[in-house]
Amino acid sequence: MSTANLFSENAEHLRRRHLKGALLAGLAFLAILLAIIVLVTLLIDVFVDGLPWLRPQLFTNFPSRFPEKAGLRSALQGSFWLMILTALMAIPVGIASAVYLEEYAPQTALTRWIEINISNLAGVPSIIYGLLGLGLFVRGLGLGRSLLAGALTMSLLILPIIIVASREALRAVPPSLREAAIALGATPWQVIRDHTLQYAMSGILTGIILAMSRAVGETAPLITIGALTYIAFDLRGPLDIFTVLPIQIFNWVSLPQKEFQRLAAAGIIVLLGFTLLMNALAIFLRNRLRQRW
Amino acid sequence: MKRIQWFVFLVTIVAVLLTACGAQAPTAAPTKAAAPAMAATAEPTMAAPTAEPTMAASKLEGTVLIDGSSTVAPISMAVAEEFQAQYPDVRVPVGISGTGGGFKKFCNGETDISDASRPIKASEIEACQKNGIEYIELPVAYDGLAVLVHPSNDFASCLTVAELKKIWEPEAEGQIKNWKQVRDSFPDRPLSLYGAGTDSGTYDYFTEAIVGKAGKSRGDYLPSEDDNVLVQGISGDPNALGFFGLAYYEENKDKIKLVAIDNGNGCVLPSNETVSNGTYQPLSRPLFIYVKRTSADRPEVQAFVKFYLENAARLSAAVGYIPLPAEVYPLALQRFEKRIVGTLFGGETPVGVTLQELLQKEQQK
Repeated sequence: MSTANLFSENAEHLRRRHLKGALLAGLAFLAILLAIIVLVTLLIDVFVDGLPWLRPQLFTNFPSRFPEKAGLRSALQGSFWLMILTALMAIPVGIASAVYLEEYAPQTALTRWIEINISNLAGVPSIIYGLLGLGLFVRGLGLGRSLLAGALTMSLLILPIIIVASREALRAVPPSLREAAIALGATPWQVIRDHTLQYAMSGILTGIILAMSRAVGETAPLITIGALTYIAFDLRGPLDIFTVLPIQIFNWVSLPQKEFQRLAAAGIIVLLGFTLLMNALAIFLRNRLRQRW
Repeated sequence: MKRIQWFVFLVTIVAVLLTACGAQAPTAAPTKAAAPAMAATAEPTMAAPTAEPTMAASKLEGTVLIDGSSTVAPISMAVAEEFQAQYPDVRVPVGISGTGGGFKKFCNGETDISDASRPIKASEIEACQKNGIEYIELPVAYDGLAVLVHPSNDFASCLTVAELKKIWEPEAEGQIKNWKQVRDSFPDRPLSLYGAGTDSGTYDYFTEAIVGKAGKSRGDYLPSEDDNVLVQGISGDPNALGFFGLAYYEENKDKIKLVAIDNGNGCVLPSNETVSNGTYQPLSRPLFIYVKRTSADRPEVQAFVKFYLENAARLSAAVGYIPLPAEVYPLALQRFEKRIVGTLFGGETPVGVTLQELLQKEQQK
């Protein structure tokens, strides 16, 4: 075999490898295109139906059997306070659990077992949390079908997500940073407070965004614990009965009249806006924190 | 360190156990969990009954908690909306847990009124009895179940009950797959079926009326709890046959076609008249509300139920249902005023009864 022949064979081989690379890049592009097309179609469909119904009444009025008078007031109140209460309960507990597991807990069979359980809990269907909430909070603790019971249930639902994401973020902080702080005489708590948590915060916030976005769109567990569908009065406090945006949207979608389906589309836009607003807040916080280092 | 480990261990065990309980016994856990705690549970969320003995219209306040059937909910919501406009201090929230889910909560003492698209079942009567919950059963409107085909279907304009049974009975599963098998004169075309999901009162009623046994039918059809999905399915499938509430047909007349039903007295199309006067049989069903006996003595509940029965005819029509014959509402109101508890149907799903006869007979006693 001559050297020239070998060279041309190599060139042929190289060409094929490049071709494979291009093919893979093309497939990946197609995949993202597919996802985007589906998303854009959905958005266009929702916006075409819903935009004309996106009026001030939608925010100030209670639900009604007349589509032109119907609004999301009670659902917005419910979703807003549910998210605040859920965040207040789930975020501190979630981050603290992650810190304990990642920074303090000894690597024993027991902690590994706990870790596996938390990861598995993140995959438990949400309706199961609803049943847990019904038995534990609504009936066991006697909270009734209240906003607080809903928020507690939602906290349980998103805790595993927050813990798993926070742990990933803490683990990504290089050990050398911790060691440097320890070398300078910092106590474990000082290391965590001033260094590890600071560096991990952007990752933790990403996890919180994901978790809260999931919570705001959940319906099944809330229906299970007894969230209502039609509420035409303002929320009075954490022990009051409540409804949320997805329940109201679902109710409108299932009504026979076309106008209510358009109203549901408007409700979906509001829910999208709600989620985006929440995420924007988290991203804003994340950027602020990043600048401080 | 050791102690923290133990604590975490215990907490996890408890959490895992609770989750497992919830997963394995979804029906048992809620009902058994805390029956005695119920009174305490229900109270904090509901404003306590007003101590005021006067029934002065504007003075009424409190909460009338309604839950149950998604079919009846639009009527209850419309009534609640009108009632709250008149009595702004009374709060009337409405939940949708389905007829069965609603009775579960009702018989646990958690709600004042339960919406139902079928009469209370024997098992639910038992559950209520066990918890000492008495109830007043009141019919509020009719719902017609429509049988529908694709608009291009020009051969199946009328089907007999026997033909529908042949299509839907459990034995038909995997056997009746062609229109020609239903009737010899039908073309040789595949048959695709759409219907209400098995959790709905609609399904229970349809199977009881057509197959003869509630909850028994073939399994190889496309089920959906959302009637709008069924409308989409049938309007896009030239071989389709399906059933759902008449209200959804009214809104989609251009996309789907009604089938007349022959119950031995000729073909009858469902309409306000034929459902209301009882000629559209056996697919007309009454819709009910169940009022908790102890709640019925609270002035705000009393006023609400009275308002409900006085306005049900107008409001049920407004949201797409069919009012009961005018004479029935006063009879139902009498039933409420006399606080007659229990069911007229003995735990069965009635097919083809007239409420008038039942209510009149009872009150003559």
